[in-house]
Amino acid sequence: MHKEAAIREPLILGHKTYHDITEDICKPIEDKAPKMWYVLFGIALILGIYGIGCILYLLGVGIGVWGLNKTVGWAWDITNFVWWVGIGHAGTLISAVLLLFRQKWRMAINRAAEAMTIFAVFMAGMFPLIHMGRLWLGYWVLPIPNHFGSLWVNFNSPLLWDVFAISTYLSVGLVFWYIGLIPDFATIRDRAKKPLAKKMYSLLSFGWSGRAKHWNRFEIVSLVLAGLATPLVFSVHSIVSFDFATSVIPGWHTTIFPPYFVAGAVFSGFAMVQTIMLVLRKAMKLEAYLHTKHVEYMNIVIMVTGSIVGTAYITELFISWYSGVEYEAYAFLNRATGPYWWAYASMMTCNVVSPQLMWFRKLRRSLIFTFIISIVVNIGMWFERFVIIVTSIHRDYLPSSWSMQYPSHIDIGVYIGTIGLFFVFYLLFARYFPVMPIAELKTILKSSGESYKNGEAEVHPKPKPFGGAEPINTKESKHDVVDVKEEEIIDLEASSKLIESIGKAEEGQKDDLKKISGIGPVFEKTLNNIGIFTYIQVSKMTKVEYDLLDSITGKFPGRAEREDWAGQAKKLINKKD
Amino acid sequence: MAEKVIYAMYDDEEILKDGAKLLVSKGIKIEEVFSPFPIHGIDPIIGVKPTRLGIFSFIYGLIGLTLATLGMWYFMIEDWPMNVGGKPNGSYLENMLAFVPISFEFTVLCAAHGMAITYLIANRTLPGMKADNPDPRTTDDKFVMELRPSQNPSVSQQEILDLVKKTGIIELEQKEI
Repeated sequence: MHKEAAIREPLILGHKTYHDITEDICKPIEDKAPKMWYVLFGIALILGIYGIGCILYLLGVGIGVWGLNKTVGWAWDITNFVWWVGIGHAGTLISAVLLLFRQKWRMAINRAAEAMTIFAVFMAGMFPLIHMGRLWLGYWVLPIPNHFGSLWVNFNSPLLWDVFAISTYLSVGLVFWYIGLIPDFATIRDRAKKPLAKKMYSLLSFGWSGRAKHWNRFEIVSLVLAGLATPLVFSVHSIVSFDFATSVIPGWHTTIFPPYFVAGAVFSGFAMVQTIMLVLRKAMKLEAYLHTKHVEYMNIVIMVTGSIVGTAYITELFISWYSGVEYEAYAFLNRATGPYWWAYASMMTCNVVSPQLMWFRKLRRSLIFTFIISIVVNIGMWFERFVIIVTSIHRDYLPSSWSMQYPSHIDIGVYIGTIGLFFVFYLLFARYFPVMPIAELKTILKSSGESYKNGEAEVHPKPKPFGGAEPINTKESKHDVVDVKEEEIIDLEASSKLIESIGKAEEGQKDDLKKISGIGPVFEKTLNNIGIFTYIQVSKMTKVEYDLLDSITGKFPGRAEREDWAGQAKKLINKKD
Repeated sequence: MAEKVIYAMYDDEEILKDGAKLLVSKGIKIEEVFSPFPIHGIDPIIGVKPTRLGIFSFIYGLIGLTLATLGMWYFMIEDWPMNVGGKPNGSYLENMLAFVPISFEFTVLCAAHGMAITYLIANRTLPGMKADNPDPRTTDDKFVMELRPSQNPSVSQQEILDLVKKTGIIELEQKEI
């Protein structure tokens, strides 16, 4: 079993059993959807339909309806494409790279992030397709025998590499995601009560039964797919960057592009994961599985990749001057001080400055701050692509052809439409699919669950004697691990001293002490036995009382002080009022 | 042909592992274990061999690499040498650098999909298949061990049942299949 250091924050808070995990993750799927879901779905659907309308109009009239001109022949379309592919980078990174590095915290987010990846790549893929203008000839990008004297597609072109990279990425990502989903669909299938749901989920679960041999293969398949997907993640965005880097346009043909694009993609992908997951965990009440620590880990990734991106921006600037190439230098000067200075400034603020704020522990553990920054980063990364693409070409070698790019309403409509469609898919996913890997979370419950780490629940329970005489369905009621524990013996003298200093309370006034982080069901009982029932009592505790409490219980010395139970209790009192 | 099957249910994977060790040490063969998640360390106890799927994946990857190489050689060198930006197109080797990305992508594509399909077929988990876990709770929080007396001719059925009862089970069921 995976071992985890005792000082690490637990990944699953509170006391959970295997059944609780199933229950918590399946509940939102089995219950009726909340009203908010319908509202959001409606909005997303309207935006999506509007986007489809714009695309149909574009296909009917031609890509002249985009705000492109002779000089700026590539603008919002490719910006949106790269933006979506970038967002699509976090999912596979989380599930593949973090799996190889055995980062167990990925389990809170990998399923949802992979879904995000797949839908984001759908949206990304749409842009090159509609950019062809004649969508129905899209199959021309494939090397198939044809009637043009067998003229093949150009394998020297990064645009064709992109076709292969994106389609491989999408299909491998989909397979990876689905293989993980199969056992979880089986869990939902075995719980389903409605016949239609049962039928659908048994179809989706492919008849998974959870045999030992199947699990054995499952683990190897996950590992090998992770091994394959890891270089894939890096290759895909490298190849996307080749679309620019292999050209001869100043501002595009820089060798730093591949690593810089990959870092940028991870940066924006994690930001999108934050945006979505912060809402999802609240809406689906999954706070125990995805809590501040997970958010902090992700913020650290955002900080690191954001710093790489920042370094790349500055390196680019420096090299444009140091190279001595006037055209190169002008491209960058124009970016920062030309007519698109505002795009450059937003990119610099959003992507270079904002992630640096994550150095402060308080900020990177603040959920509201994280949510705001995640949106800022997404905006910044859109501007990054816009800056790279448009500012490099809008003033070319011939000043008489210098021009500006203004988006048409179709440009904007298609972009908004993809955001709508993305959320249509995402909301359907959140409604019908398990948003966290049920089976995988169970594998880390005993090593990273809070109640198992602090000794309240047993990792290796003692077998209980079997009561049934005959082997025909001798049902026994479900037992709780907590009940097995022995009653604690309490030091009466010390506890009366403790009660004296924090005040008496009756059992009738009892508050839910488990709400204080650090107190589990067992410890709550211990506190009750001593005579501590209310938040008010806990809030009066100081160092002296903490020490007394430690001496009585003999459990987790120093913990109450470290976690500031009194402070927590004070907050809870305020909340109650 | 009707065959007796014993299903012993546990509510903790560690208890099941201990139980399995005890049964195996008495020479009883454990036919199958059903669990809601992979139990680490169960495979050597009940004699599940390491899977060869990784090797398969490697072979699929090699096939993909070969196909990509052959394809690009034929399309770009043999059938219709294209002069794009003056890139050399006289021989595969000279033009190879431009082929690296697609060779890599296609290798990964074949390795991943080949392995996934092999995995699904080997497991017999395909669309439309019926699940055969003995109890619906085995995909939630229960663990079931399947024993077949016919596989253990040296011990009587009663002996097996008596032993199993000592291993901390919570339910016991017998079925004829």
